Amino acid sequence: MTANALNADALLEKMQQELSALLSQGKRPDPLMIGIHTGGVWLAERLHRSLGLSSPLGVLDISFHRDDFDQSGLNPKVQPSKLPCPTEGRHIILVDDVIMSGRTIRAAMNELFDFGRPASVTLVTLLDLQQRELPIQADIIGGTLAISADQAVKLTGPEPLALEIRNRSED
Amino acid sequence: MFEQTDPNQIQLTDEGELKHFITTEGLSRELLTEILDTADSFVDMSVKQVKKVPLLRGKTVVNLFFEASTRTLSTFELAAKRLSADVLNLNISTSSTSKGETLKDTLMTLRAMHSDMFVVRHSSSGAAHFIAEHVTPDVAVINAGDGRHAHPTQAMLDMLTIRQAKGDFTPLSVAIVGDILHSRVARSQIHALRTLGVSDIRVIAPNTLLPRHIESLGVKVFTNMQQGIKDVDVVMMLRLQKERMNTALLPSESEFYKLYGLTMDKLALAKPDAIVMHPGPINRGVEIASSVADGERSLILDQVTNGIAVRMAVMSMAMSGQAKNRPNLTGVGE
Repeated sequence: MTANALNADALLEKMQQELSALLSQGKRPDPLMIGIHTGGVWLAERLHRSLGLSSPLGVLDISFHRDDFDQSGLNPKVQPSKLPCPTEGRHIILVDDVIMSGRTIRAAMNELFDFGRPASVTLVTLLDLQQRELPIQADIIGGTLAISADQAVKLTGPEPLALEIRNRSED
Repeated sequence: MFEQTDPNQIQLTDEGELKHFITTEGLSRELLTEILDTADSFVDMSVKQVKKVPLLRGKTVVNLFFEASTRTLSTFELAAKRLSADVLNLNISTSSTSKGETLKDTLMTLRAMHSDMFVVRHSSSGAAHFIAEHVTPDVAVINAGDGRHAHPTQAMLDMLTIRQAKGDFTPLSVAIVGDILHSRVARSQIHALRTLGVSDIRVIAPNTLLPRHIESLGVKVFTNMQQGIKDVDVVMMLRLQKERMNTALLPSESEFYKLYGLTMDKLALAKPDAIVMHPGPINRGVEIASSVADGERSLILDQVTNGIAVRMAVMSMAMSGQAKNRPNLTGVGE
């Protein structure tokens, strides 16, 4: 993949066009957009604004649902999930920055379903690192990128949004 | 009764994270704030249809109560269940110890059942500490009140209630009123208030219910309630602990109420927006008037709600510290 793959604004633009096209089909009426803390929230704020969605934006923190609590313990900076309106029966647009193993999305859906039973969930991510460990796929992606096992991709923001590749040993 | 080492050698990991919760004494402001922040996110959980998170799923929490308690036991039980733990409530005063089993044998038995956490309430000061020393490294111990020593989760739920009502701790004047002598709650409150930056902490009690050298904890002592309560932001009442009074420390309950009971008249001397708290159970007409306890400035029921959130926070943080302390596990994930 080229360096262009890491241009966050270009990827976001592509996501937005595809999402806009999907919503215009009318199968997801009055969608409720929810960003996954923290990078997903930055992206969701941009998408929410540019698509002019009427329902307020929700924020999901998945710390309490992670599957690696026994290994890494509790995230000390856990933020409460804030969903501004009931999710029961709603069409959810779930936004995250990077999809890799799929574990974050698994945790996010568990947290989401604790608030009620949505009509549908559409997953939108900026970057797919294609290292899935669970049978979970995004409906819309900005781009794909292959990285080596000792690398990680991080989104910084909220202004400006930028993607950077880091070596895990530097974290 | 029990020999003591520095509690923070026991309750913190090498990285300074909580692995037991024995006392608020000596804990840093950052750690106390982290407990309050974590508790805040559990408070917000009450809006969800499913009021449960899977953090302690598959873990076994044993509530070891050597001393009677309804509110503390039930909120610890609910907290553990909302974290998805399996909970066992043991009322030891009616159990094996009455058949002659020693405390240590009881603990070893429970440990052999692969318990992951003990929540301990005991009438002897230092009991939770003693237990933490003898069950480490693989079982987390939470102090739910030991003798006259400490009741740290009560103190932290009080801090959460104050923070919700007042925001910042530093400019506050806080009065703790009543039976300071027998109160583990007061001790834990004083340590937490000081660490969180409250500059003006007052204790108000008759001389017979004040421990010696209480000033050394950095509090101002008043034996006159009217003087002590003047212009405070927070009034924290304590329960008159009749069950711990072996000698005649008070002339009578009605005399105590007249001098130290929180009535509307006395509360009027505090700031107009002062809040009233009480750890419960309330002795109406002994330390607090019903009109105050049920009044609009009373946050007594908020304290109960916050108690669940704080206990969830402390339990998950201690389990997190224990998990990270264990060797031979490698992290996998995004």
